[in-house]
Amino acid sequence: MKFGVIRFPGSCDEVDAVLACERAPGCSAQILWHGDADLGDVEAVVVPGGFSYGDYLRVGAIARFSPVMESVIRFAHDGGLVLGICNGFQVLCEAGLLPGALLPNLERRFICRQVNVEVVQAGMPFTADCATGELLSIPVKHTTGRYYAPEGDLEALEAGGQVVLRYAHDGNPNGSSNDIAGVRNARGNVFGLMPHPEHAVDPLTGSVDGLKIFTSMAHAHG
Amino acid sequence: MTVHARVLVRPKAGILDPQGVAVERALPALGFEGASNVRIGRLIELEIEDPSQLESMCEMLLANPLIEDYEILQS
Repeated sequence: MKFGVIRFPGSCDEVDAVLACERAPGCSAQILWHGDADLGDVEAVVVPGGFSYGDYLRVGAIARFSPVMESVIRFAHDGGLVLGICNGFQVLCEAGLLPGALLPNLERRFICRQVNVEVVQAGMPFTADCATGELLSIPVKHTTGRYYAPEGDLEALEAGGQVVLRYAHDGNPNGSSNDIAGVRNARGNVFGLMPHPEHAVDPLTGSVDGLKIFTSMAHAHG
Repeated sequence: MTVHARVLVRPKAGILDPQGVAVERALPALGFEGASNVRIGRLIELEIEDPSQLESMCEMLLANPLIEDYEILQS
């Protein structure tokens, strides 16, 4: 599968994301420049972490209107797989591709640590290689990661199986509603998460659990 | 001909504002007692030719209506 990884001004995790994609068997990855609306022949899109457009105004607010994102929105509406990591998650929420929003952490601090997340929804395109209830050890590093959705929407997300990952064992690092670490859209082809699976693909950095997200996408694609 | 406009954007009521909480906790340390419900938003100032655009500008970009309230102030 050919991954495209977006690079905005201020992105900082796009190279790790490319390397993670390339570790999935049979996969290649290329950078997509934010100002270029052409997605080429990519078969899945990764919106990576960082500080797109300096996080000016609100996280993700300006990136959401970049030429590449207009194409990503069409790509998602056509059923293409889109993964948003950290800032990418924030961008996808701002773009309306995912429900909810990310608010500043409850403790007002930048947090950078390894967390365990529980796979709530296995068997979907982003978790095909995981088991329900499985714990993944993946790092988080963010200041604005408190997942929020209005009360009624939250119930609908839970009932509709759209909560994909949850912080495990009272380990909610940022005050997210219902310990939510990752959600998908109703159709199941767009997924966003605050933890960084692209930073957990090599034993050298302590965990390879993150690779499962990328291999799942490759397997879902067939 | 442009009009000077200001847009006030605030966290929605009921959404916890950690910045406001931090400031509220700092005030008594400076001797200011009795301040509560501190909320921090932002003020956007702009010169605009057609102020009727402000509303949709707020809906699309200046505020995220899911988490923020906005108020358009023209002067």
